[in-house]
Amino acid sequence: MTAAVPVTDETGGPFALSHLDVLESEAVHIFREVAGEFERPVILFSGGKDSIVMLHLALKAFAPAPPPFSLLHVDTGHNFPEVLAYRDRVVARHGLRLTVALVQDLIDSGELRERPDGTRNPLQTVPLLRAIEGNRFDAVFGGGRRDEEKARAKERVFSLRDEFGGWDPRRQRPELWQLYNGRHAPGEHVRVFPLSNWTELDVWQYIAREKIEIPEIYFAHRREVFRRDGMWLAPGDWGGPGEHEPVVARRVRYRTVGDMSCTGAVESEAETVEQIIVEIAASRLTERGATRADDKLSEAAMEDRKREGYF
Amino acid sequence: MTAAETADTAAISATSLLRFATAGSVDDGKSTLVGRLLHDSKSVLSDQLAAVELASRNRGQAAPDLALLTDGLRAEREQGITIDVAYRYFATPRRRFILADTPGHVQYTRNMVTGASTAELAIILVDARNGVVEQTRRHAAVAALLRVPQVVLAVNKMDLVGYEEPVFARIAAEFGRYATSLGVRDVTAIPISALAGDNVVTPSATMDWYGGPTVLEHLETVPVAHDPSAEPARFPVQYVIRPQSPEHPDFRGYAGQLASGVLRVGDRVTVQPSGLTSTVTAIDALGQSVDLAWAPQSVTVSLADDLDISRGDLLAPADATAPTSQDVTATVCHLHDRPLLPGARVLVKHTTRTVKAIVREIPSRLTLDDLSPHPEPGRLAANDIGRVVLRTAEPLALDDYAVSRTTGSFLLLDPADGATLTAGMAGEAFADAAAGPGTDAGPGAADDGWDF
Repeated sequence: MTAAVPVTDETGGPFALSHLDVLESEAVHIFREVAGEFERPVILFSGGKDSIVMLHLALKAFAPAPPPFSLLHVDTGHNFPEVLAYRDRVVARHGLRLTVALVQDLIDSGELRERPDGTRNPLQTVPLLRAIEGNRFDAVFGGGRRDEEKARAKERVFSLRDEFGGWDPRRQRPELWQLYNGRHAPGEHVRVFPLSNWTELDVWQYIAREKIEIPEIYFAHRREVFRRDGMWLAPGDWGGPGEHEPVVARRVRYRTVGDMSCTGAVESEAETVEQIIVEIAASRLTERGATRADDKLSEAAMEDRKREGYF
Repeated sequence: MTAAETADTAAISATSLLRFATAGSVDDGKSTLVGRLLHDSKSVLSDQLAAVELASRNRGQAAPDLALLTDGLRAEREQGITIDVAYRYFATPRRRFILADTPGHVQYTRNMVTGASTAELAIILVDARNGVVEQTRRHAAVAALLRVPQVVLAVNKMDLVGYEEPVFARIAAEFGRYATSLGVRDVTAIPISALAGDNVVTPSATMDWYGGPTVLEHLETVPVAHDPSAEPARFPVQYVIRPQSPEHPDFRGYAGQLASGVLRVGDRVTVQPSGLTSTVTAIDALGQSVDLAWAPQSVTVSLADDLDISRGDLLAPADATAPTSQDVTATVCHLHDRPLLPGARVLVKHTTRTVKAIVREIPSRLTLDDLSPHPEPGRLAANDIGRVVLRTAEPLALDDYAVSRTTGSFLLLDPADGATLTAGMAGEAFADAAAGPGTDAGPGAADDGWDF
């Protein structure tokens, strides 16, 4: 299974651990803490690379038993079909239980309204909170990483949410040593971020080391796309392209996987995980800067979404 | 080396990880130093830099203000302050870094305590014009109290004192004396100008009298961890894995992360606090069967005997167990806005175990600026450091914090609303009072003037 990775550090000594070993052990520790202290934990699983790594870690943490968690996916209705197929394949292979919360259901019932720009990314918060409440989930694992965004940089590993799912950055519990405080009142829940200390590069290096299967849209492929706000978006049921947005064919891949309306592709020739790693390491743009339209809205876009209960 | 080549090297090699914290007073230029480290190590990407340039222009500043790279929340930008610990990530071909960036305000001691709790190194900044001030002593005391193994004194704004060696030498000597008195043995002083970039990433062209490493060179080469074979093994059980499946009908594994030391197959272990003993028959290191494992690896341990072991128990070598007691004396930092009072009923969260306890006494409070003790303070307010005596409802297998930062630390929680109240470190406060195994008594070791 896992080969011990030689550490290129002259100060390491015989008991050195690589940065991936340390991050892996830390994440496994977090999964086991939740298993030990919560009744109904759930893993947010979108089929994106961060959630794939989370699931892989959860499977390792409890082997040879199955992980004591089910999975939850908030489906915007605008997800990439390749990713949904991957999601269902993985769920079946490991015999896991998946709950899907549909944004479409709440649009149909009139509780949510489509936005003029067609993106459903901010609409995920209500079905997420509804699913958490309805299933009485008390711990919700998210793949958020602190290196992604400046509001996330201040997030705790165990992040207490009130009965409205809200995040108040000024009322966070101090988090010291490896002591994670998961105590919460009925109706409240805790968001847990086992990949808090991972970077995008760590995630890819770990995928390479563990030989984890990922959806094919992460690799370079030829795709019909159009340009909007400096990003390549894929046409789809969500409404793009607009009238003056010509569709062209480009060789692209996705650096992140989210709602099709606001997740951009990057031009790429990377066909293997190793080539992706080299490409990311040389990139001069952050993952969200390169691919997420929703974070370009304002300096505090993520902070505002998190306050309202977003992932 | 170009950025792309640097990145390639970093991408291909597995490296070690260093966690460090920074502390400085409000105007010591800490954010500029952190911004400079991130920028000059090419860890800031062009969209982040563009955002900083835009924000600087909006504020009427001509040059991009690198301090803005580390600003997080809207409230902080509006008030020009940092209200919380922010974590930063960067890498060089030699090492990966996790930086806990902690604010310097007096009222935010708890943030520095939080950042220092996981740090293997602390950078303390001083302004070369002001030298060692009250805040500096406070930061040094927190680093010493939390037993951060390495301390760097960054003497900043050398450009404003004419890059003069005597200024640096005087400050370094004064800080060195104070750090030694706190039991901190490993201090590296570096003269820098974060604004101009001297000795942060690249060696200074104007301070040829300094022959030591730059801040980044030091971070890249300082030894990361101490030798786990010199410590007793400590394995807090997190979870019992029992598949009860047709393939694994009888499997029973104890899942946990080694808090310290080395555990080997064949080791005779004691289950604490029950005192039962057994032998390690197998160690599974996340899918790989191994003969030994060491801190901080997460593993699953199998034992020869079917014992009643559950979450909260500690496995320790039968010949080197942790002391167990219901009476705990510790140094604490109070974190919550509600004060801690004698007689308070609390929960103690220690490794994987949470037990009820009562605060029997608060014998003293410590002023960190000058380490003066205040006996019988009656209460501890937020950001206070003090001594407490607890009585727990069940025994805890609690090492001195000097022996293990993991099995010697705990939190006090409010049983009513679950709030995190207080951070605790078992045993004596500073290294001179209780030297752990493997530590040699430094020159200031006999100087125990802080019996508070």
